Amino acid sequence: MWVVVITLAIISAAFGLLLGYSAIRFKVEGDPVVDQIDALLPQTQCGQCTYAGCRPYAEAIAKGEADINQCPPGGEAVIIALADLLDMEVKPLSAEHGVEKETATVVYIDEQTCIGCTLCIQACPVDAILGAAKQMHTVIESECTGCNLCIPPCPVDCIYVKPVEPTLQTWIWEQPIGGFAAPKAT
Amino acid sequence: MTEYALILLSTILVNNFVLVKFLGLCPFMGVSRKLETAMGMALATTFVLTLSSVLSYLVNHYILAPLEIEYMRTIMFILVIAVVVQFTEMVVHKTSPLLYNVLGIFLPLITTNCAVLGVALLNVQVQNNFIQSLFYGFGAAVGFSLVLILFSAMRERIAAADVPEIFQGTSIALITAGIMSLAFMGFAGLIKV
Repeated sequence: MWVVVITLAIISAAFGLLLGYSAIRFKVEGDPVVDQIDALLPQTQCGQCTYAGCRPYAEAIAKGEADINQCPPGGEAVIIALADLLDMEVKPLSAEHGVEKETATVVYIDEQTCIGCTLCIQACPVDAILGAAKQMHTVIESECTGCNLCIPPCPVDCIYVKPVEPTLQTWIWEQPIGGFAAPKAT
Repeated sequence: MTEYALILLSTILVNNFVLVKFLGLCPFMGVSRKLETAMGMALATTFVLTLSSVLSYLVNHYILAPLEIEYMRTIMFILVIAVVVQFTEMVVHKTSPLLYNVLGIFLPLITTNCAVLGVALLNVQVQNNFIQSLFYGFGAAVGFSLVLILFSAMRERIAAADVPEIFQGTSIALITAGIMSLAFMGFAGLIKV
């Protein structure tokens, strides 16, 4: 009987060592596909894709549960990039998840009307709203991703959307319109 | 050389492990819904089956037989198979994450694929030597892959076909498998191994 016990123990230990070595040798650092998809997403964490954020959406795409056309903030550019990465067909943005915005927008809080209820702070996925209970809230414009998730919870409707105004740091020359066409006479 | 060709022909067609010996039916039904998964599964199983067939021969011949503890064969073979499957899983996870996701739970479940243990035990029963074990395992794997891929291709077409309501789903798949099995029984008597 001892022969059996010892033999089994030795063989099991040998196999254990082999597997332990190969676990180190073939170590996988996370799921590279999820990371690649996540890198392409706009990271607005807006939840318009019906997932909790960009990372869960990336995982769902990698598993094949979600389609690639559910990201309105990313729009067509992200769909094309995802289709390229995953070798899938490019398809138009799914209408049920929202429409692509023409220009970047942020929200601002009408501070006269704000009652300090903190509901919009809880709704904000990127912590871009500053404030406390019964205190006036305000939006940190540089952090706002324009997802508009804070608008529905507001009980007094004091949150408005506005386009991002170019500042001295972000202003660039406009692209020439119409290629090399002659300028119109004024 | 004819001997090895006969072993291959025997395991692939005449004594096909799935359709004639009825071993390994759960992956046969489980992963045959899509052709791509079936191909991935076929590849992984081929690798595991060939390797475990050879390894279990070595374990039986060089460890169990000299120590006269052949009655521990089943446990040892299961251990060997589990190790090979774990190793395959690590390699697949590293080299092809997409295939790893597609195969999902079926990859570790190769351990419980009865065809794998069946090949290891039959190797001992028919007293194959090292090379014969290699061909026996490989042939069994190719036979498994062949019917799995044929069956999944058929199931893809059946999914689009106009099947009577009571036969839809698994029942038509089982009927298809039965008819395939009948067809493979037709190879019986082709050669004697």
